[in-house]
Amino acid sequence: MNRYSIFTLARNALGGHRGWQAAWRSPEPKRRYDVVIVGGGGHGLATAYYLAREHGITNVAVLEKGWIGGGNTGRNTTIVRSNYLWDEATHLYEKSLKLWEGLSQELNYNVMFSQRGVLNLGHTLQDMRDIERRVNANRLNGVDGEVLTTVQVKAMVPIINDSAHARYPILGASLQRRGGTARHDAVAWGFARGADSRGVDIIQNCEVTGIRRDGGRVTGVDTSRGFIEADRVGVVAAGHCGVLASMAGIRLPIESHPLQALVSEPIKPVLDTVVMSNAVHGYISQADKGDLVIGAGIDAYVGYGQRGSFSTIEGTLAAIVELFPTFSRVRMNRQWAGIVDVSPDACPIIGLTPVKGLYFNCGWGTGGFKATPGSGWVFAHTIARGVPHELNASFSLERFATGRLIDEHGAAAVAH
Amino acid sequence: MLMIACPWCGPREQTEFAYGGEAHIARPADPDAVDDAQWADYLFMRTNPKGCHREQWNHAFGCRRWFNVERDTLSYRITSVYKPGERPAEPAA
Ligand SMILES: Cc1cc2nc3c(=O)[nH]c(=O)nc-3n(C[C@H](O)[C@H](O)[C@H](O)COP(=O)(O)OP(=O)(O)OC[C@H]3O[C@@H](n4cnc5c(N)ncnc54)[C@H](O)[C@@H]3O)c2cc1C
Ligand SMILES: [Zn+2]
Repeated sequence: MNRYSIFTLARNALGGHRGWQAAWRSPEPKRRYDVVIVGGGGHGLATAYYLAREHGITNVAVLEKGWIGGGNTGRNTTIVRSNYLWDEATHLYEKSLKLWEGLSQELNYNVMFSQRGVLNLGHTLQDMRDIERRVNANRLNGVDGEVLTTVQVKAMVPIINDSAHARYPILGASLQRRGGTARHDAVAWGFARGADSRGVDIIQNCEVTGIRRDGGRVTGVDTSRGFIEADRVGVVAAGHCGVLASMAGIRLPIESHPLQALVSEPIKPVLDTVVMSNAVHGYISQADKGDLVIGAGIDAYVGYGQRGSFSTIEGTLAAIVELFPTFSRVRMNRQWAGIVDVSPDACPIIGLTPVKGLYFNCGWGTGGFKATPGSGWVFAHTIARGVPHELNASFSLERFATGRLIDEHGAAAVAH
Repeated sequence: MLMIACPWCGPREQTEFAYGGEAHIARPADPDAVDDAQWADYLFMRTNPKGCHREQWNHAFGCRRWFNVERDTLSYRITSVYKPGERPAEPAA
């Protein structure tokens, strides 16, 4: 792997940029691996990276049915924060946020992590009580958080509609200054490059079509490029986790829904932070290129079509225009959807399954991008040791039978 | 946007309807007789198929009645609409 630095940049500039190597290889799949990861999104690639980096397990393949990062990783609105309500979730997301803070250096790849702050608006008295409760819970867990008044919100975001007569009056907000955004593709590419340089095979255009078992133990996967043997298989397929689970005869408490986002034409800098509103199902930030990045809520029905209903984005844009009347004439450039894996308590499932050697990491729903490094970190540990890390022990599939759910709907459901 | 044919009112736009999740999930007749895993299966586990799905819809801004829809979750094409207690018109593809 050639390291990126100002010197390699200068040297390659002088060489007419003909000396750059591919950031990762495209090997033929081997017949056998110690660990196979299914799904080449950010979470799968991070898992492979930390398997090699933290646990010395390098005979690993990441199998991706399309191209890496082409799922939700490359379709999300990239909001990163860790201000969840319950201890279990807060610790997991905070581990991830700490990893984000050093990620560009760690990977020698610029993931453009920008700690521009994340505001969660409160529009009713109850919203404000919930915000105060969550900020206090965060601070008790050592996570930064502040409660802002309307005047403070207006000072940070001068274009916001702070009129008391607005349809959604702003009574205040929570602010996590360490939150922000990152470049989604770069996260996939950076982890892919780091994993590849440690010996991991990244195999694109390779769809897993079956999970083979023998006496309750996993033996490998059937793929569009033949059978691949493995003692341990980690499935990180986001919206497709249910399809993979059914291959192994496992039922999951998950439903897959379309989640939509839009970007506008580029405009001059007007918004230097992230603004989210749970109540109106809208969230917005401005990319470095100038486009407004706007996210909606999920479509209610089960859907794998990577497209959602027009009425959903219509509702979101109506809310955004109420909050930011000045955006009413901005034109939208593109709109798309990803398929998100929604769990009953808005928390992920990360751990063992009834099949020995088969591990699942899914249920991140609408908010897993922020967890990419942390998810990879704990999942690599789980696969390497055969037992969960203390940070993901509570996020087992068994919690749905014991009833020990971690209800993060308030902090996670619509907000990302 | 889906166009859904309410069995009572005929074809209407999706915005008139509320989605009610997977259909034909029966509550265990004797909850005391099932174990935690079976109860969890009833409460939380879902088939979530990529393909033919039978689901409940409510005509919330119309006649306010519940009914079942058989829909392909990949193409979103509706293949059958039927009343509670009925079975879909054709066998699932
Ligand atoms: C519109 C939108 C906005 C979002 N906004 C945010 C946000 O602001 N902040 C946030 O934290 N989260 C957000 N999310 C959620 C976030 O994107 C996901 O939770 C996260 O990306 C999941 O990561 P992943 O790497 O596991 O998924 P993915 O990137 O989807 O990776 C899964 C991969 O598995 C592959 N796969 C599936 N089936 C198979 C198979 N049979 N064989 C081989 N490969 C297979 C897929 O092709 C895919 O590449 C958003 C999601 C969407 C759709
Ligand atoms: Zn009707």
